[in-house]
Amino acid sequence: MSTETKKRTVKTINIDADKCNGCRACEVICSSFHAAPRYSSNNPARSRVRVVRDPLRDIYIPLYAGDYTESECMGRDKFIIDGKEYDECGFCRTSCPSRDLFREPDSGLPLKCDLCDGEPEPLCVKWCLVGALSVTEREVEEPAEETKRGELEIGLESLARRFGADKLLDTVAQITKGR
Amino acid sequence: MRYAETGYVLEVDLTKGNIERVATDPRDTELYLGGLGTNAKMLWDRVPADVEPFSPDNLLIFAAGLLCGTPATGCNRTIVSTISPQTRLMAFSMMGGFWAPELKYAGYDKVVLRGKSEKLVYLYINNDKVEIRDASHLKGKGAIETAEIIKKELNEPRAQVAAIGLAGENRVFYASIEQGRSSASRGGIGAVMGDKRVKAVVVRGTKDVVVAKPQEYMDLCSDVLDYIKHREENPIPDVMPILAGLGSPQEMKVHDEKWHTENFNWGNARTRRKDFWTEEVDHAWAETMEKARTRLISCYNCPMKCGATISMEGLPTYMMKCFTKLTYTMAAYSDLDFGLRIAQKATEYGLDGFSAPQVMAFALELLEKGILKQSDFPGMPEDNEGKFFYLLDKIVNRDGIGDILADGTYWAAEKIGNGAHDFAHNNIKKHEQLPLKLSMLNPIYYLMYCTGEKINITQIEGQFPQAPYPTVEQREAFVKDWIQVPDDKFKDIFLQWEPRGEKSMPNFPTVDMCCDIVDWQEMMHYIDDALGQCAGLSSFPLKPPYHIHNYPKFISAGAGIEMDKEKLTKAAKRYRTLVRAINIRRGMRRVDEQPPANHWKNRFPELEKNLLDSYYQLKGWNEDGIPTRETLEDLGLGYVAAEFERTGVYGGSSAQPASAPRQQETLNVGGVQP
Repeated sequence: MSTETKKRTVKTINIDADKCNGCRACEVICSSFHAAPRYSSNNPARSRVRVVRDPLRDIYIPLYAGDYTESECMGRDKFIIDGKEYDECGFCRTSCPSRDLFREPDSGLPLKCDLCDGEPEPLCVKWCLVGALSVTEREVEEPAEETKRGELEIGLESLARRFGADKLLDTVAQITKGR
Repeated sequence: MRYAETGYVLEVDLTKGNIERVATDPRDTELYLGGLGTNAKMLWDRVPADVEPFSPDNLLIFAAGLLCGTPATGCNRTIVSTISPQTRLMAFSMMGGFWAPELKYAGYDKVVLRGKSEKLVYLYINNDKVEIRDASHLKGKGAIETAEIIKKELNEPRAQVAAIGLAGENRVFYASIEQGRSSASRGGIGAVMGDKRVKAVVVRGTKDVVVAKPQEYMDLCSDVLDYIKHREENPIPDVMPILAGLGSPQEMKVHDEKWHTENFNWGNARTRRKDFWTEEVDHAWAETMEKARTRLISCYNCPMKCGATISMEGLPTYMMKCFTKLTYTMAAYSDLDFGLRIAQKATEYGLDGFSAPQVMAFALELLEKGILKQSDFPGMPEDNEGKFFYLLDKIVNRDGIGDILADGTYWAAEKIGNGAHDFAHNNIKKHEQLPLKLSMLNPIYYLMYCTGEKINITQIEGQFPQAPYPTVEQREAFVKDWIQVPDDKFKDIFLQWEPRGEKSMPNFPTVDMCCDIVDWQEMMHYIDDALGQCAGLSSFPLKPPYHIHNYPKFISAGAGIEMDKEKLTKAAKRYRTLVRAINIRRGMRRVDEQPPANHWKNRFPELEKNLLDSYYQLKGWNEDGIPTRETLEDLGLGYVAAEFERTGVYGGSSAQPASAPRQQETLNVGGVQP
């Protein structure tokens, strides 16, 4: 095993929900930045950050779009913090079939926050003048991978892990014999 | 391709239950911009002078401003226009919040309600799907309560709801339309909505709003954001704190109410309490506010926190902004705790926070003077706070004396008679005003009070400092970065303006200077109302981020309409004149254009006449305040001049409202879409 490490920058968006004023400027600029051509349109329904906002219950949660999942969780979770009850899956970032959040309104394709790739800082942070959103960067050291593995290699390895190497070999042999 | 606007309005006939999506004429956008401008055009074309406010033929128009829904910070206003039951003129009311952008995302610029529903209904707009739904289960429900119930039953937490409370349902002449943290309150438009039997208009949209020149538009937006940051870091020196920053007056944030409580009048706009604000009051009120206020909140896409969620012990949470904080308190000679408690109820009922407390104080004054009798108030509690709660319920239910008071001080005095009119003393054009009584005439404010057709001083004032600075150095520092002025002459005026001596009020600014200042101030409000921009980032505060120099660029890059300063100035003048034409057609004349008689103690009749004459002339109106044929033709409003001539508006002194023939077929629409 190599002991070499390499540096990677991790960006963290700090969400100070107490400072959120519920204005949704983050949604506006996000959807505008990601429009094609850039800034040509805006539509909060396409935004990769959404403010879960319920003023009468004092709930203000800017929520970022995370990974896509094909299938929803078996259960649901509901948080109650300081007596405030948050919606089911209220803090979950996933683009999930259980809800219409973080999916393109027309095509249904999933959306994911890319931290405004190419910009000096995520634009939601820039547009949040009330200071609810800020970004910090830190460098983490990670062991360098010796070789970059290809798709097939990764796929085969996971199949081997799941079904066992023997079964995998047998199956491959069977399929190839048939040809 | 239409930019910034969607190019469609929703036409809803409540009598027939018919809904149509109608394309609008892009030429109208060029001439009247949008929002208020195109609303005025619609009211001129479709609501003739003889239509009563509560007629099915009156329109109730909810418009998103031209730039609402684009990334322009603070551009979120809904402009609601109709004929007011109180003034019987065109009603002006706008609300911030989240409703107008949502309407744009649903694919419409306006919702036009006409006719009258048989049963109480609500309108549900969800992109292309629009339904008129039964609202019988919402009868009598509070405005905020209604919004919560509807969002739940539709399972649409992101829907935006504009609703009326009991006051609107019962056609109280100062009923509001409430929408989250905002409301459209002035002129009784909630009563017109109630008359049409519409409890709420609910909207949900997930479509794009497109701008014409994306990068250019975004650069303009970024400049505005930078300027807001700059202004937040550099409050204007030498003015009182609520005027130093941007936004609406920061009533929810600021605890120090010395200025309001000692300069504005208490009761029925009667008593000035010059030593009211003691340390003790300061502490008590600050504690009340700190305890009640959960959070400072904003409208759509705006960093200013002009509103707050308010939770009084034992009462449901509600949202408040601006001066309603003090109107009930001061009308009842009470404290902030009472003011915040009764405002909760009044907000659910859906009432204008300016008029309602004054009407109640007026009623109690009439009782005190023996014009109304104790028997008119059966079962009224003894304590002042109790009396206000009692009257509130009477009014919104139109019960007993409440039925008379529900029409506002002017019409109530008409019905009560017996000298009651002397107590309805704080009105302009039949509409209750801020409770201010001052000594020396202010010629700038004189013109604004007289001629402002939005009939609320906050909807015409702004831009120009309210008072001169004592030293030349201070003035020079102020004008140094005063980029918002349309012309450098305004800097010169301000530099010369002295607190006393020859160059002080009422003689300076001179008549012509006053006319120019007011014309500029008013123009900025009218532009805001067409674009949907909140006055708090534009026409109201000193040195705002939006002004006559960057607005044309916003319109060009946003809506794709070639625009420059001259063209925009002319467009604003066009629909401003059209608003006047609507009111002239309904009988408004010079005689209606005066401040409350006791607003100033020291008056100057000759100067005042000179001011009004000169201002009318600058505006291109004749000596009776009627736009002249030349003015109208120059603005492309020849059709107005033609009607004025046909109906004898120019003819002599008779101030009869001219009645025009119905012209329903001249609907200003480009065609019906499938």
